[in-house]
Amino acid sequence: MCQFTFEFMTTLIDLHQQLESMRPALLRFAFLQLRNETAAEDAVQEALLAVLEKPDNFAGQSSLRTYVTGILKFKIIDHLRRLKREIALDTSEDESETDLIDNLFKANGHTVNMPNAWGEPESTLQQKDFFRVLEVCLENLPEKTARVFMMREWLELDTEEICKELGLTTSNLWVVLYRARLRLRECLDLNWFGNH
Amino acid sequence: MRFFLYSCKQAHRIVSEGLDRPLSVSERARLKIHLSICDACTNFNGQMQLLHKAMHTLSVDIDPGTVSTSKNK
Repeated sequence: MCQFTFEFMTTLIDLHQQLESMRPALLRFAFLQLRNETAAEDAVQEALLAVLEKPDNFAGQSSLRTYVTGILKFKIIDHLRRLKREIALDTSEDESETDLIDNLFKANGHTVNMPNAWGEPESTLQQKDFFRVLEVCLENLPEKTARVFMMREWLELDTEEICKELGLTTSNLWVVLYRARLRLRECLDLNWFGNH
Repeated sequence: MRFFLYSCKQAHRIVSEGLDRPLSVSERARLKIHLSICDACTNFNGQMQLLHKAMHTLSVDIDPGTVSTSKNK
C-alpha cells in the first residue's frame, strides 16, 4: 500500500470526490427501482466501492457516469433478486385505471385526441433538463408499475426474467408496461413538450 | 379488408408490445400499413421510440454534449 505514488493518490482522491458528487443521483435511481432505502444505499455503496477498488478498470471508458451507472445496474439486479419475495407484484394497483387505455379511444377504435408530434429524439435527448422531468414522471408512476417499467426499460431485463421474478404472465406484463408508457407519455407531454 | 387492418387501439398496443417482444411477420405488416395511413399512430410510435431511447440514456450519460444516441441500437 505504501508504494503508491503521489500521482496515483491524487487521481484516487479526485476519483473519490467525483464519485461522491454522483452519490445523490445514484441513490435516487436506486431508490426508484428498489423502493427500499437500505437496499438502495447498499447498492450504491457497493457500486462505488467496486469502482474505487479497481480504478484501473475505468481507464478508457466513455465517461465515469456511464461506467458507474452500469455497475450500479448490476448491483441493483442483485438486490432485486434478493428482495424477490417483497416485490411480488399486485397488479390490482393499477386496475382502477383500466380506463386509462379505453379513454384514449372512441368506440370505433380511433384515437379521441391526436397524439402530439414530439420532434427529433436526438435534440430532446441532448437536454439535461429533459431527464430531470423524466425522472419526476417516473417518480409519479404507481410504485410497482414504476419498478416493473424500470426493470424492463432501464435495467433492460428480458420479459421472461421479469415474469419469473414477479410471478406475472407475459400478457399481464405487456399490459403493465403499456400502461406505464401511456402514463409517462402523458406526463412528458404535459411537463416537457408543453402540450395540452 | 377490415379484419386485416388494425384499428388505432390495436395499433397502439402493438407499438408498445413491439418494445417487449418480437412481432410476427403479419403483425409487422399490419402495423406498417396502419402507420403509413395514420398520423395519430405514427406520432404515438414516435413518442414510444423517444421514451424507449430516453430510458436507455437515462443517467447513463446526461451531460449535454456527450449524449450519443447513435450508439443506442
